[in-house]
Amino acid sequence: MTAASLTGADAQTEMPLKRRLKRAERARHIKALALVLPLLLFLLFTFAGPIAGMLWRSVDDREVRQVLPQTVAVLANWDGKDLPDEKAYAALASDILAARASGTIAIAAKRLNYALNGFRTILTSTARNLKAVPESGTAKETLGKINPAWRERTTWTTIKDASGPMTGFYLLAALDLTRNADGAIVAASPDQAIYRNVFARTFTISLSVTALCLILGFPVAYLLATLPPGRSNLLMIFVLLPFWTSLLVRTCAWIVLLQSNGVVNDSLHWLGIIDEPLRLIYNRFGVCVAMTHVLLPFMILPLYSSMKAISPAYMRAAASLGAPPGTAFLRIYLPQTLPGIGAGSLLVFILALGYYITPALVGGAADQMISYFIALYTTETANWGLASALGAVLLLVTLLLALVYGKLVHGQQVTGGMKN
Amino acid sequence: MEAGMVTPAPALVRFSGIQKTYDGEHLVVKNLDLEIRKGEFITLLGPSGSGKTTTLMMLAGFEVPTHGEIYLADRPIKNMPSHKRDIGMVFQNYALFPHLTIAENIAFPLSVRKINKAEAQERVRAALRMIKMETLAHRRPGQLSGGQQQRVALARALVFNPQLVLMDEPLGALDKRLREQMQLEIKQLHETMGITVVYVTHDQSEALTMSDRIAVFNDGIVQQVDMPDALYEHPVNSFVAHFIGENNVLAGTVETVEKEYCRVALAGGGAVTARAVNVSGAGASTSLSVRPERISIIMDGTSSDGPNRLPAKVQNTIYLGDHALAVLDVAGNGEFIVKLQPDAHHSLRHGESVFITFRPEDCLALDPV
Repeated sequence: MTAASLTGADAQTEMPLKRRLKRAERARHIKALALVLPLLLFLLFTFAGPIAGMLWRSVDDREVRQVLPQTVAVLANWDGKDLPDEKAYAALASDILAARASGTIAIAAKRLNYALNGFRTILTSTARNLKAVPESGTAKETLGKINPAWRERTTWTTIKDASGPMTGFYLLAALDLTRNADGAIVAASPDQAIYRNVFARTFTISLSVTALCLILGFPVAYLLATLPPGRSNLLMIFVLLPFWTSLLVRTCAWIVLLQSNGVVNDSLHWLGIIDEPLRLIYNRFGVCVAMTHVLLPFMILPLYSSMKAISPAYMRAAASLGAPPGTAFLRIYLPQTLPGIGAGSLLVFILALGYYITPALVGGAADQMISYFIALYTTETANWGLASALGAVLLLVTLLLALVYGKLVHGQQVTGGMKN
Repeated sequence: MEAGMVTPAPALVRFSGIQKTYDGEHLVVKNLDLEIRKGEFITLLGPSGSGKTTTLMMLAGFEVPTHGEIYLADRPIKNMPSHKRDIGMVFQNYALFPHLTIAENIAFPLSVRKINKAEAQERVRAALRMIKMETLAHRRPGQLSGGQQQRVALARALVFNPQLVLMDEPLGALDKRLREQMQLEIKQLHETMGITVVYVTHDQSEALTMSDRIAVFNDGIVQQVDMPDALYEHPVNSFVAHFIGENNVLAGTVETVEKEYCRVALAGGGAVTARAVNVSGAGASTSLSVRPERISIIMDGTSSDGPNRLPAKVQNTIYLGDHALAVLDVAGNGEFIVKLQPDAHHSLRHGESVFITFRPEDCLALDPV
């Protein structure tokens, strides 16, 4: 009787109750949103915006379209199988004259030169030698005379490919691919195909640094987690010390240590171990040493926090159940540190992928990572499209890795058996 | 219990002159000599810091004695690493491996012993059956309640048939009801499996419920080792009398000693006859111990009616369902407690003057507090 009337009352008041709950929660949601709003806006302008811009630049292709609008319009209907007809030549001639007047020829020349080496010369020489709009019907002949390249089909397919507004050209280039005259995706010519190699090098260096950090960091983190608080705090200060020194200073310190007349070589020579100075810097070894040093705290801290959460009772329990120390470590301790190992490795690996200054200072020409090339294209040659494409590929790979890691950690979720 | 009358079983564990210090200045365990018999359930009982857990840890092999030797089945084990001791242990917070399932947890001691898969599986199944948790075999410890985790910890410590099982306050984290239920379950397991159990607790009622024998620890010293009823009835000193069960204390001075009994003048006035348990002789100060249930209240009468009759003033009465308590002021002790039949507290009025009496054999003259 009472139960029945109670459930009845519940059913009656269910809707208002839900609404009330929502209203009560809304105030909290708004408050929470207000708290994160400044950061959200900041990130939007400084992080999300630039990344979206970068992704857009990697496919954006409007230079040729702006400089040679009539040519692009005519070529839109060209099948690309034979040389285009007279109309296209006439449109190009008029476009070039207009562009010369407004001084924009160089913009299109730069873009077309990326796709076909020497195109800059073709376009500028044509612009220089074309006196006036050719008479009707003679444009093809006139242009062909100024530069025989206009009688080549590839010259025209290059313009058509670059006519935008969007292109896969940069992204393909970032993967050492290109389109041939027929529009099929093929491997780029060997002298241009360097990025796969650079990506492979970037991943190799990052992986080596991650492995080194794990090997060196694991025992330190273990010590930190098991020492009594007083001494572990002191050790923690040493671990964090590198954070309080500028990256540039630390890298330069490695130059001092590792160079031919540096501390290490001099000591080894003095000890009589070596006669000739070892080559410790401006090579892969120097890059790995310096990067490992810089990134070590990022490995130690996640490891430490995962180890700190492991009660010493687990190892005691394992021992009391008959497990020798080695077995107990492998079967009980290590599996519980996996989330920490995963987090630390991912952090170090991703940070290492984007390293620029350290390889630039202590590495040789063959040790420059992808960031070096991105910096090169943005600051030196102003090839924003390729720089963005390289960045986009790097971003994609990193995201994929993070995703895989997320899946792995989620599957391995350790909830902990200790209640208090 | 007739355990005291049969010949005691041979000692499985023997602590011989064990001392332990952590800081090199004061001893946590002072000169411990203790024998643990095969098949018995012995409890190390004492307040925190009394050395009972340290003793257990030394037996388990997690702490090394500073001095002395421990023998397990007549073999010295002081320097034997804990994984070779063949001692099962149940920890205070269960210490179930969080990354393994219940079945894997229980199988762990078998797999490190390289017992073949089929047999291990059978034993794990039997262990799960024993704790009635067959259906939860593939859960992780984090998905179980505290009581279930404790059962798994128990099964894991028993599945490899260790010669000795240690339990370090295993029920401390459970609520009262569950704790009482688990006490009975552990006791039953001990009886059916015939294992030797060393149990550490600071809860005297838990110790009384489960143990064959109890070793009372205080200040790094074993005060008394005895069966539960003997501890309660015949404590050797004030600490044991006070730690086991409810107890009323009256301070006084020994006037005369005559065989087993002595006459004690109370500090708060009056004199009583008590059993001389732990007094050095006439003139020594002593502390009398009387259990609340061994005292009667007399509503009218005089102090000269019997040997142990003292005036008292009713301070308060407390109703507890199955019984009631009267809090009295007796000879300067304002918290003197007398156990009453239920409803008897109605006849006592606050501030009323009454008399209490107890038999001389129920009053123990012990060392002064």
